[in-house]
Amino acid sequence: MLTYIIRRLVFAVPILIGVNLITFALFFMVNTPDDMARSQLGAKQTSAEMIAAWKQQKGYDKPLFYNEKQPGLAKFYDTLYVQESLKLFWFDFGQADDGRQISADIQQRMAPSLAIAIPTFVIGLVTNIAFALLIVLFRGSVLDTATMVVAVAIMSISGLFYIIAGQVLFSKLWHWVPISGYAEGWDSIKFMILPVMIGVFAGLGAGIRWYRSLFLEEIHKDYVRTARAKGLSEIKVLFGHVLQNGLLPILTGVVVVIPTLFMGSLIMESFFGIPGLGSYTIDAINAQDFGIVKAMVFLGSVLYIVGLILTDISYTYFDPRVRLTA
Amino acid sequence: MFYNLIKNIVIIVFSITVIGCDASRWNSPYDVDKAQEPILFNSFSSKPKHLDPVVSYNANEWAILSQIVEPPLQYHYFKRPYTLEPLTLEVMPSVTYLNAEGQPVSGTDSSEVAYSEYVFRLKPDIFFQPHPAFVKDETGALHFQNIPPAQLTEIETLADFKTLATRRLTAEDYVYAIKRMALIQNHSPILGTLQHYIVGLATFSEQMSDVSPSVKQLRDASIAGVIVDSETQWRIRIKGVYPQFLYWLSMNFFAPIPWEAEVFYDQAGLATKNISLDTYPVGTGAYQLVENNPNKQMRLVVNPHYNHGVYPGEGLPKDANPALLADAGKPLPFIKEVIYSLEKESVPLWNKFLQGYYDASGVSSDSFDQAVSVSSSGSLALTEEMREKGIQFLNTVEPSIFYFGFNMEDPVVGGYSEQQKKFRQAISIALNFEDYVSIFMNGRGIVAQGPIPPGIFGYETDEKAALNPWVYEWQTGRAQRKSIEVAKNLLAEAGYPNGRKPNGAPLVLYYDTAATGPDSKAQLNWYRKQFQKLGIELVIRATDYNRFQDKMRGAKAQLFSWGWNADYPDPENFLFLLNGNQSIVKTHGAGVNYANYDNAEFNRLFQQIKTMQNSPQRFALVQKMVKIVQEDAPWVWGVHPKSLALYHRWYHNVWANPLANNTLKYKRIDAELRDYSQRQWNRPTFWPMVLLFAVSVILFWPLRSAYRKRQQAVIVPKSSRN
Repeated sequence: MLTYIIRRLVFAVPILIGVNLITFALFFMVNTPDDMARSQLGAKQTSAEMIAAWKQQKGYDKPLFYNEKQPGLAKFYDTLYVQESLKLFWFDFGQADDGRQISADIQQRMAPSLAIAIPTFVIGLVTNIAFALLIVLFRGSVLDTATMVVAVAIMSISGLFYIIAGQVLFSKLWHWVPISGYAEGWDSIKFMILPVMIGVFAGLGAGIRWYRSLFLEEIHKDYVRTARAKGLSEIKVLFGHVLQNGLLPILTGVVVVIPTLFMGSLIMESFFGIPGLGSYTIDAINAQDFGIVKAMVFLGSVLYIVGLILTDISYTYFDPRVRLTA
Repeated sequence: MFYNLIKNIVIIVFSITVIGCDASRWNSPYDVDKAQEPILFNSFSSKPKHLDPVVSYNANEWAILSQIVEPPLQYHYFKRPYTLEPLTLEVMPSVTYLNAEGQPVSGTDSSEVAYSEYVFRLKPDIFFQPHPAFVKDETGALHFQNIPPAQLTEIETLADFKTLATRRLTAEDYVYAIKRMALIQNHSPILGTLQHYIVGLATFSEQMSDVSPSVKQLRDASIAGVIVDSETQWRIRIKGVYPQFLYWLSMNFFAPIPWEAEVFYDQAGLATKNISLDTYPVGTGAYQLVENNPNKQMRLVVNPHYNHGVYPGEGLPKDANPALLADAGKPLPFIKEVIYSLEKESVPLWNKFLQGYYDASGVSSDSFDQAVSVSSSGSLALTEEMREKGIQFLNTVEPSIFYFGFNMEDPVVGGYSEQQKKFRQAISIALNFEDYVSIFMNGRGIVAQGPIPPGIFGYETDEKAALNPWVYEWQTGRAQRKSIEVAKNLLAEAGYPNGRKPNGAPLVLYYDTAATGPDSKAQLNWYRKQFQKLGIELVIRATDYNRFQDKMRGAKAQLFSWGWNADYPDPENFLFLLNGNQSIVKTHGAGVNYANYDNAEFNRLFQQIKTMQNSPQRFALVQKMVKIVQEDAPWVWGVHPKSLALYHRWYHNVWANPLANNTLKYKRIDAELRDYSQRQWNRPTFWPMVLLFAVSVILFWPLRSAYRKRQQAVIVPKSSRN
């Protein structure tokens, strides 16, 4: 397995270089270093000398891909692309254009993102599976039909509606929880209740439908009939056998998502005042801050690759038939 | 069993009720005890990028920075027109006019004047906020200038330094700030402007920027025109006469910077933890920044060494609330802590304000109808709901202008002939900005008659005299926009009858804009319709902001919208937007005159008023300039926006002064009243909880019995069914 993991990690390098190249090309297609300088220095009172000084200080005075002025390999090495990209592989993200350390900011913002993402993910997963099993238990009944109608309705309504409706209902009208905000440690619980509840509810429709279909595929298999024939209760059949055998496709969708939980949720964090990573990339794009954009895209790609590797590893744990070989 | 269930429900409901009676603010986003203290709860929507005084120039940055640092001058809190007064100085700086040899000459009008020299004298005993940068060891050396790496691992924020000290403010701190401003690598936005005025600044900047000096080198170097006379006195010599220089001295760029702070922050280990002069400025102001997490919260607390501010006792306009003078003569500040929380979305911000968890709020378009009613005459008033809560509001015209510009270099919309003027005047009449204010700004603006906003010297307060006679006429005691028929006639006289070219082809004009979102669609359609009134087809060329700026800098836009906020309250700061020397074409994109307006008489008058002190003569000349541009119509004058701020009844001494940023020190909070109001407004409602529980129980029973029925079902063989 170790060989397999090493091989996957080696394969990740060209993928990361490619992703970085695309990010670089797209960013500089829209923003020139002069635009970036003006955005940072402000439109008022900005002279050409100041723009030149800013570019020199930040290293944006170099050519993008090919530096004619340099000899030999330095033609390629002493360019904006290589200088901006190399350090990423050491996870040295450098400074944002406003002078703040990107690594420090990411570290600071990751915890609030996780504080909301992990409970939403775990509670959501458990709730979705529990509801799906319940529906499978009563398959073909009025409850099954009614739940599917409600699930489609939940899916059809925008997540933004749940956020605003939740804030109005639970905070403005009933005064149960704060509308928005964040605190450290245990104090954060009262701020987390509403976003987590809304996050779980908003994902309920799609979750129930997806897991229901997975479990329905399993419910007609021979091993289920055998279990019933042995006299097991329906609940034991569902939780002891159907759930266990349905785990493999669940893992495919779930494990790959776990690393990306670090990246946060843009809308949820904006509306609930969670100081997480959700809006970090969007704010950076708006502020034309390439340092943050490249760091976040790189980090996102790394996490996604890690997620895929974890998925493969988890297969071997839950399905003894699967073996990872180089 | 049923009895037990009922009993449990009763116990739960009772428990919740008891808890609820005690916990009247479950929805409080803060520690409840804080509401009982004189703490101001405020918000910010975008993170401040820079708090280094020589760099920072954005309103959201100055809202915080101005409470911390103190330039030599400030604006009087109440007085109108805006008036400067000493802040850390004993008196206003004295000015001496000098000839080329440095000898004093009398009067500013003398052609002999080559320099103006300003002398500044500090108030005694002003001290910096407590800061680790000032801590010294037994030998007198700075204690924290070489922090060992092991010690740095324990430091995460500035608050982790437990040993603090202070130092007396000296003249050198002000001079050191100017030297920092001169370094190109510090990116001070006003260096480009001020190096033309301060003697020796340009040379100093060139020499020192190349060597990237250490703090010691910077301290030892000197600028020819900036001289320290003593610990409490320094002088600045500027070229020629430039009365507006005093306004720059009220800005944070001229705030003192202790060199010890720069030594302290220069340590690499601190920068990696986002501890720098750009994140934790050091000042002598009423407050110090103790928490800087721009992703969540910024926190100011009182500077314990602040001792030189008292609440003003005069200057309040006659029609203002006299209660604003109740604190006259009392030492400042009144509020002991300010907590700014990040609120990106307007909906939670507004709801928290209504719950009493923010002390003040602006009014977004989402909440406008709930907060404000507009009368038929266009005046704004609070709604009944707001009045019942005791909410009050401030409504001020900003010293800004939002205008619609013509590119005077364009062969169709530009030019200075009578026909070309009539063409622009016709469009000026057709663009009905009264409608614009009503439709898109909820009445929050006044239609401009010229480039100078209210409150700025040179603004004509007599409505009739201020009237733009090319667009309005005075009827029944008020300004009336001329009819569209007048505009059509003017357009015909300009050679475009019914919006047609002389060859009969329809006239097509191009409007460049960076407004590309769905929200802008209605506004762009409005512009199209205004031009359609004259039969002109308007083509919208929407693009992203970078490309739009490129077009503007290249003078490639035919029609455009632009705006300007006052840097300082002087007509020069608005009229220079139309000065020919600032034209984009002439300056190759470096100027601010985007209309490329260039009228010789206007330019001559501009040079004249630029160096004049405010006087009736200057006022008359400004009026003359306004009349010239009204006739030439390089802009459709557009709108002076109004700001609207709401605040709760426990928030006192609130007065609008858009040019003064350091006004937190004047504000006062009645914490007891706030605490009471929050309790009243935020009692939890319990019946939905009970209802939710009851519904869950009711739903559980049929499921349970259905499951049991299913488990007990017996499979009957087909043969036995009949």
